[in-house]
Amino acid sequence: MSIERATEASGTEFSTDIPAELIREEEEAHLPPGVGPYELAWRRLRRNKSALFFGGLFVVIVVLCLLAPVYASDIAHTGPNANHITEQIKIGGKLTYVVNTIGLPIGPTWHSKFFLGADFNGRDEAVRLLYGGRNSLEVGAVAMLITMFFATIIGVLAGYTRGWVDGLLTRALDVIWAYPVYILGVALGVSLAIGGIGPLHGNSLLVPAVVIGFVYIPYVAKPVRGQVLGLREREFVDAARVQGLSHLRIMATEILPNLSSTIIVFIPLILANAILLEAGLSFLGAGVQPPNPSWGTMISDGIRIIPASFHLVLVPGIMLVLAVLSINVFGDGVRDALDPRAKVRVSH
Amino acid sequence: MARFIVRRLFAVIGVLFVISVLTFLIFQVIPNGDPAARIGGQHANAATIAQIRHTWGFDRPIYIQYLKTMGQIFSGTVVSYSQGVNVLASIRRGLPATLSLAIGAGIIWFTLGVLLGVITAVRAGRFSDRALTVLAFIGVSCPPFFLGALAIYYLGYKANIIPLGGYVPFTTSPGQWFSHLIAPWLVLSVLFIGIYSRVLRSTILDTQHEDFVRTARAKGLSERQTLFRHVLRNSMIPVISLWGLDFAQVIGGGAILTETVFNLHGVGQFAADSIQMLDVPPILVITMLTAFFVVLLGAVVDIVYALLDPRIRLSG
Repeated sequence: MSIERATEASGTEFSTDIPAELIREEEEAHLPPGVGPYELAWRRLRRNKSALFFGGLFVVIVVLCLLAPVYASDIAHTGPNANHITEQIKIGGKLTYVVNTIGLPIGPTWHSKFFLGADFNGRDEAVRLLYGGRNSLEVGAVAMLITMFFATIIGVLAGYTRGWVDGLLTRALDVIWAYPVYILGVALGVSLAIGGIGPLHGNSLLVPAVVIGFVYIPYVAKPVRGQVLGLREREFVDAARVQGLSHLRIMATEILPNLSSTIIVFIPLILANAILLEAGLSFLGAGVQPPNPSWGTMISDGIRIIPASFHLVLVPGIMLVLAVLSINVFGDGVRDALDPRAKVRVSH
Repeated sequence: MARFIVRRLFAVIGVLFVISVLTFLIFQVIPNGDPAARIGGQHANAATIAQIRHTWGFDRPIYIQYLKTMGQIFSGTVVSYSQGVNVLASIRRGLPATLSLAIGAGIIWFTLGVLLGVITAVRAGRFSDRALTVLAFIGVSCPPFFLGALAIYYLGYKANIIPLGGYVPFTTSPGQWFSHLIAPWLVLSVLFIGIYSRVLRSTILDTQHEDFVRTARAKGLSERQTLFRHVLRNSMIPVISLWGLDFAQVIGGGAILTETVFNLHGVGQFAADSIQMLDVPPILVITMLTAFFVVLLGAVVDIVYALLDPRIRLSG
């Protein structure tokens, strides 16, 4: 259940224009000489309107979530964990309990206070949505950085050195791979939250981030290793070796720059999947720990009380889907633009 | 072929061994994860806990504990720490629900994934292709428990079309079995349909430009014959490989989210419950079960590959 399992598949699964390669080659023939590959990619991306739209949407979501403290202090006048369970607010001139006598919270008021209603503890849903989004995106981004950092190192090391180092690393990746993603994630998440090692304990956001980052390493390290295996046989690597460059230097200055487009392609892919996995782990109680909100914990809080107050499921759910969708569509556009025939693809 | 099977068998044993050790260690390195304290409950005093620790063997070296647990697993007597029930019996109880979910959903997502993949490839660039692309994107962006909640609320509570969760065995009532599973099947399938249709679409589009397809057309085969006999046969390989691995994960309890949101009481939900209680034996058995299916179906997929494409030889 994750990124790319069969490496034989090729192509950009989520593009709609087909004979694209032919069109592009023609277009590129008319370009002035001296246009670099990234300039070319940018030109292709600029023409992909839907990718740009969803990229913009993602930026809007990120900015909104980053402005959570501003919204909380200046508009809603409450914090993400502040409890208003026994309070009353004025809606249309009459006083209403935030959580009524049979325990049902108010729905969206469309006013500055409780814009999207309250949850069962009388907390402002809109404030929690923004803070939760910040946590979800933070966990996703940190997890993605961890995955990319270690996967690149492992992939380059395994592919470049070959031999027993490669054998050992590849076996290790295979084991993580055969491990069911959710079971591994939940096992690590729960055990770290309870026990903990150093800063990784309790309700620290680092716990889910590290767990998710770890789980996805093989999905990036394997393709990177495959590409390095090919790169190390190329003439420029031979040339560097003949010049007397150290292995470390060759890996850093000759191999690594050639992996940049693969790495760029994987960034949105892993980010989207990391956010989804965080939501899944939080749903199972092994992700972001209460009282910290995240979209995943908010949805699962809402699911527990179906059919009452379904807006508590809908609101964070729609935000989560929009965020992941925008990353996926934009990432697909980037992938198309960088390499119309890239061999990586989205998968769950 | 015999060599292939023997080598794969060794791989299965190796992977299972490492995974079992890893799982054991994850839960043993937890500082506060003392199983004796959990078995004893909140009011146990130090003497009781020491007693429990001794009877369960938690005071023995870790490798002895590991060997003892593994021995119990293979003799079928392994008991969960917190619930005190036989683990294998619990898994056997959850298996019908998990298998029903996996087989039904596996058929649905494979059929619809292939169907949509072929349609979008044949109609590439037209409206139906673009519309299905958007749907596929939404499908891969939805967490299954959110989809499940939508189904339970709108189809269950509002429209009263489906039950609100739970599992009814096929032998009790086939109709009830079906109505309880239809929503979980679809929810679990959405994601995979999104992935498979896109994968198949792009491989079909790639294969269509191959020389052997041109040859097939040149010798006078109709478009339909070319598509089904030549293009599709070659394009199915990555989809079959994906299906094998995903199906193995779902059988082994990988559909934790779907099982939990629909309250199916399958193997996945048993795993989720056990992990919450840091109950090592069930987690150990379930992860080994999943890994076993993953490696087993990996081998089956390779055999199917060789049948589909004679150029592929079975090795390693």
